[in-house]
Amino acid sequence: MRVVVTGATSRLGRGVAEAFAARGDSVVVMQRGESGLVGAEFDVTEVRADVGDPSDREAVRLAVSGAGAVVHLAAKVGIVGSAAEFARVNIGGTQTVLTAARDAGVARFVQVSSPSVAHSGHSLVGVGAEPADPSAARGHYSRTKASAEIAALASNCDAMSVVAIRPHLVWGPGDTQLVGRIIERARSGRLALVGNGSALIDTTYVDNAVDALVAAVDRAPLLGGQALVVSNGEPRSVAELVARICAAAGVPGPKRNVPTSMAKFAGGIVETAWALTRRTSEPPLTRFLAEQLSTAHWFDQRHTREALAWSPRISLDEGFDLLAASYR
Amino acid sequence: MNHRAAPASLPPAGLVGLRPEWSRLIPIIDADDVSRTFHVLDTGVGSGGGTLLCVHGNPTWSYLWRRLLAEAPEGWRVIAVDHLDMGFSERTGTVRPLARRIDDLGRLTDALDLTGPVVTVAHDWGGPISLGWAEAHVAQLVGVVLTNTAVHQPAHSAAPSIIRLARTPALRQLTCATTTTFLEGTLRLNGRPDSLVRQGFLAPYRSAARRQAISDFVADIPLEATHPTMATLDAVANGLAALHDVPALFVWGPRDPVFGDRYLADLLKRMPHADVHRFEGAGHLVIEDAPDLVPALAAWVGDLGAAAGDGGGAGSAPTDRVWAAIETLAADVERRDAVAVVSWADGARRSLTWAQLGVGVNETAAGLAAVGVHAGDRVGLLVPPGPELTTLLYAAWRIGAIVVIADAGLGLRGLRRAFRGATPDHLVGIGKGLAALRDLSVPGQRILVGPPLRAAAATGHSLTLDEMRGRGVAAAAAGDLPAEPGVDAVAAVVFTSGATGPAKGVVYRHRQLQAQARALRATYNIGDDDRLVAAFAPFALYGPALGIPSAVPDMDVTAPATLTASALAAAIDAIDATLVFASPAALRNVVATGAGVQRQGVRLLLSAGAPVPAELLRRMGDVLPNAEAHTPYGMTECLPVADIDLMGIDGAGLGNGVCVGTAAPGVRISIAPLDGVAGDITGEILVDAPHRKDHYDRLWWTERRSSTSDGWHRTGDVGHFDAAGRLWIEGRLVHLITTADGIVTPVGIEQACERVDSVELAAAVGVGPSGTQQLVVVVQVSGVTPGLAAAQLAAAVRAAVGSGRSVAAVLVTAKLPVDIRHNSKIDRAAVAAWASEVLAGGSADAIAPGTWATRLIAKVGR
Repeated sequence: MRVVVTGATSRLGRGVAEAFAARGDSVVVMQRGESGLVGAEFDVTEVRADVGDPSDREAVRLAVSGAGAVVHLAAKVGIVGSAAEFARVNIGGTQTVLTAARDAGVARFVQVSSPSVAHSGHSLVGVGAEPADPSAARGHYSRTKASAEIAALASNCDAMSVVAIRPHLVWGPGDTQLVGRIIERARSGRLALVGNGSALIDTTYVDNAVDALVAAVDRAPLLGGQALVVSNGEPRSVAELVARICAAAGVPGPKRNVPTSMAKFAGGIVETAWALTRRTSEPPLTRFLAEQLSTAHWFDQRHTREALAWSPRISLDEGFDLLAASYR
Repeated sequence: MNHRAAPASLPPAGLVGLRPEWSRLIPIIDADDVSRTFHVLDTGVGSGGGTLLCVHGNPTWSYLWRRLLAEAPEGWRVIAVDHLDMGFSERTGTVRPLARRIDDLGRLTDALDLTGPVVTVAHDWGGPISLGWAEAHVAQLVGVVLTNTAVHQPAHSAAPSIIRLARTPALRQLTCATTTTFLEGTLRLNGRPDSLVRQGFLAPYRSAARRQAISDFVADIPLEATHPTMATLDAVANGLAALHDVPALFVWGPRDPVFGDRYLADLLKRMPHADVHRFEGAGHLVIEDAPDLVPALAAWVGDLGAAAGDGGGAGSAPTDRVWAAIETLAADVERRDAVAVVSWADGARRSLTWAQLGVGVNETAAGLAAVGVHAGDRVGLLVPPGPELTTLLYAAWRIGAIVVIADAGLGLRGLRRAFRGATPDHLVGIGKGLAALRDLSVPGQRILVGPPLRAAAATGHSLTLDEMRGRGVAAAAAGDLPAEPGVDAVAAVVFTSGATGPAKGVVYRHRQLQAQARALRATYNIGDDDRLVAAFAPFALYGPALGIPSAVPDMDVTAPATLTASALAAAIDAIDATLVFASPAALRNVVATGAGVQRQGVRLLLSAGAPVPAELLRRMGDVLPNAEAHTPYGMTECLPVADIDLMGIDGAGLGNGVCVGTAAPGVRISIAPLDGVAGDITGEILVDAPHRKDHYDRLWWTERRSSTSDGWHRTGDVGHFDAAGRLWIEGRLVHLITTADGIVTPVGIEQACERVDSVELAAAVGVGPSGTQQLVVVVQVSGVTPGLAAAQLAAAVRAAVGSGRSVAAVLVTAKLPVDIRHNSKIDRAAVAAWASEVLAGGSADAIAPGTWATRLIAKVGR
């Protein structure tokens, strides 16, 4: 089967492309820059395109023609940027890929989404995948990903099965988003815990997320129209997660605690300041991040595991061992 | 007055819970030969069951029974009537007193051609109407269900002040008809009703004219002997004697300022065979307040026709009567002057010989009878263990009275609630005890034991113990005592402090007490030459029933940890004891204060009430070097169930839970599989034994669910048998942790965690929704700030739990909440609530002060 993977520059996207290639599928990766996958031991074709750019639509159309499945990871992530920019990439880009896939007769479409599309800032304790809600989601990223997921699931039809997979906080060796930022802050002594760090949070070791996305492609005809949250199913407190990441990298753990209310307040100021000054670097703290780090969010994985016929291969403990090994 | 006629009508569409197809208009010809039309709700013909005839009170209507119609017992037809002038029945323009309403109802059932079996179901003043109908239709009556009603004003108390107030002529018309005060007030007696349900209740009473019968109903309540309806009500009340073989179920909401527990007690005197369930927390409109009422009623109706549960006891030998040993030993010239019971109060030793105890029991028995305590009366005992309590207890049993005993661990509120629900006919108590129940009105005596309080009025006593006993001296000397109770007579209602929810009264009959004495003798080879020191409240009373001398050491029996080694030694010395029974909390203090104290003569040490660590029993070896240490497993409902000794504990080694050994003689134990857990060896522990409880008091529904269909008692404990046939306890059913990977039981995990250095106590709980819970361990470490455990401790705890189980978080607290009595049963529900809050994140200050969550958190996180 020919599989198109968009956004293959992230750690997760690379993993997915490699996994399909490793089992003998023919893989097309599509992203703005170089994937670094071409010339590897697998059969990988590379298309350089910006899915959010209307002028690249033809390139997208060509890439998906003849494909049996699309795994759509390409997205604008993070906190910096205008609403229009997030919408262009996340909503417009998804629509472009969806249209191209449908026109090309692609039978399986996996939309990589985020649990934050259904998170309004309250604690989530053992819940399933609630419907995406752009009006309640916090921040440009979550709002646009919510709209994108709704659009993707609405495209589910007999000819094309669409499944949305929401991996929660993916991490692992080589991850620059979560692990990289925590370690970078810890090294510079700027790492602080919001609140007392006691909120339980689900995370997903990257290899498990890769397995789940591959399973979603394989099971798509049975699951069309569904959204599924994916995690390790081993929630831990924020304090413990941060401490173990730091310990794995051999850097000092957080030294300070910032009260939750102060963090939210400061986060609000930082957001405003970054917006006013149009800074492009990632801010140290936002209100969204303060909420994320001070409220529980962990999920009921029973339906996901049954639906995908998947379960995490790497436990949290094994994941931290692998992370530590990657720093040695 | 506003007696305006109006035809019957159908309820408007859209009333919540009401189905239009139930409504029927049924014309009758009344006693004045006038045609009248009833509105009734009717589910239509059933299949084989019979008919539930539901009769509402004032100021409600058939709407009250909507859930019973919606969830009708299988095969049964449900008919709920609106009285004439009430609900959507015809406004007749007449006043219809009780006698007329009973007659109307009979004409209605004739018009409905209701000839098959009927169970009447009634509420409030529907009670007398339905019972009047029942007494006139005995041939087809198969059951009577009453909820918060009355047929008689108990002699010793005034009518409810609300009713008296509403009866004031000036107020009655104003509150009942002109305004909706009475109507709305009834709906709000126990909190605000759901607004849609409120609309339903108000629907037929939208104008003063339509409410006129509400006022007439109140005027018809006979508060004075000359009232024209008094004769009808008396006839209904007296007619109940004829229903002695008709099954009855009384369902009560105790939080009712109108028909409280005393009216239930009055009805029970008239129909003592009735099954009773009190829904704690529910009020006057009990069917609205207690959602479980409908399934309970359906189950009760379903049981009708099944064989009566009581197998009827075979007669037992007279020597088995619990007071028999007292008579025998008091007459035995060799032993009559030996000490029978001894205890200490404020350091002073007090004892009775067998002869003294024999005379005391007889005189007290005769005295109780002389002051009006009859067989079957309930006597509340609020007396600490000692010679008086022992004498009173056996005297009450001797005359067939039922003793009501509550554990002091319940606290004042729990004690009051227990006694209110048990409605004792008489109280016997020390000053503090009587004062605590000052507000409880009893029809009989309040008898004071010991000195009065400084404020004499506080106890409200009518007699002292000595006065009461004095009245029995002559009769006792003449051997003139009331008849002995039969083995199937109820002997005791025992309330113990439960781990969750309000305490339940456990009912024992004489034959079960006799069986318990036999089981204890057999399990521990207790012979005539044994002598017992009991530092454990209930066991302090067992000496005479076992026929052996007993001593209660100098301690506060409600606080076991007050037992010192020297007090224990003094009690042992006083009777040259061979047996010692003490809770683990008491033993801990004995060990702590035991340097240099040693007693060689004790052959058996028993400890129970909470998990008993083997190490504690081993260390007791220094104090009692020749004692074999045993721990019985059991509960208020059945003791003993199983037994194990120290060697057995060591032999069993570590496992998933606490090993409690093998079944005691005469006890059957079985493991029932848990819901949704196939093939697992772990399940709920079921027991059966001749000495298990008879039933829960006035908790018919609880009783039915706590017993299996073939009569086993469900213990609520979860455990398994090992390959050697030993029973292991893994925790409480309500404390199971249901993870996505299956069920996890707490006790084994807690024991493993308690082996970690610095951990004093551990609780394993689940957080999150059932079925996908995460396992969290909360450990008690002295001096810590409550919250997440430090990384090192968390790692040690996880290592102790083992890699097979994922522990989401390890929390620490300086003090886990434990029960008052044993100081060791962890309140896991409170721990789980606290852990859930902590692990949900957010700040603790986000929780409003005064909420239950805050209180729980304050309890744990300190």
